[in-house]
Amino acid sequence: MLTDRRMNAEEIAAHLGNFRVGIAGAGGLGSNCSALLARSGIGTLVIADHDRVERSNLSRQYYFEGQTGMLKTEALKENLSRIRPETAVVIHNVFLDPTNISMLFRGCHVIVEALDSSEMKEMFIETVQTEMKGIPVVAGSGIAGWGRNETLRSRQIDETLYVCGDETTEVSGDLPPLAARVAIVAAMQANTVVEILMKMH
Amino acid sequence: MKITLNNRDEEFEADSMTVSEMLEIRKFTFRLRIIKINGELIPRNKYATTLIHDGDNVQMLYLMSGG
Repeated sequence: MLTDRRMNAEEIAAHLGNFRVGIAGAGGLGSNCSALLARSGIGTLVIADHDRVERSNLSRQYYFEGQTGMLKTEALKENLSRIRPETAVVIHNVFLDPTNISMLFRGCHVIVEALDSSEMKEMFIETVQTEMKGIPVVAGSGIAGWGRNETLRSRQIDETLYVCGDETTEVSGDLPPLAARVAIVAAMQANTVVEILMKMH
Repeated sequence: MKITLNNRDEEFEADSMTVSEMLEIRKFTFRLRIIKINGELIPRNKYATTLIHDGDNVQMLYLMSGG
């Protein structure tokens, strides 16, 4: 369908409409990444999170005043439907663990790791890479603080593992996740997903 | 032995070593990571028993909290 010739914007969106992308976590990375993927024309997004929207989340996450207290998955589904109703959004209000990941994200062509703690990131990547062999994972690591644009990067580890972020800064009391840096990494993840899918048939 | 560590050639004195030993030698023990050897992911509970051999391609990805 592609690669031999260039596609125009409509053809690109039509191509991306054939795919299903998983998003693990609907916080700063996951919510912003989902919005970009919907705008890009992805056919189906499968989003898993167990949290509710808090007022403090509005500093960097893709939620709005009036959505506090809602489940993040439900609030995000609502927001994505306002951006692009053609994108189907499947939500799972669950806490991810090694026993449910491969079932929840079954059929996804690419999966975005957008979880908060480094322990959860490790568990998730290990599980997908061992139980869903061949499915690319796009991880986020190192988003805290502000500035230092030049330290943010995207690396391909191999055919099935990519990482976006600086891989150095840990979120802490004096190094919180600020909106711009989080959004840059979320956009790098979305951009990587599109790159992977544009090579898929 | 010589291995490739994150796309760079690295030399170690031993003929083989476990993943845990490599992390200690390089003082890489302080944070979480994903390690793949020749494309195969090595879970953390296998670091102490998985051997790295001459010529292996070792990839590491650092995991920092925040998402």
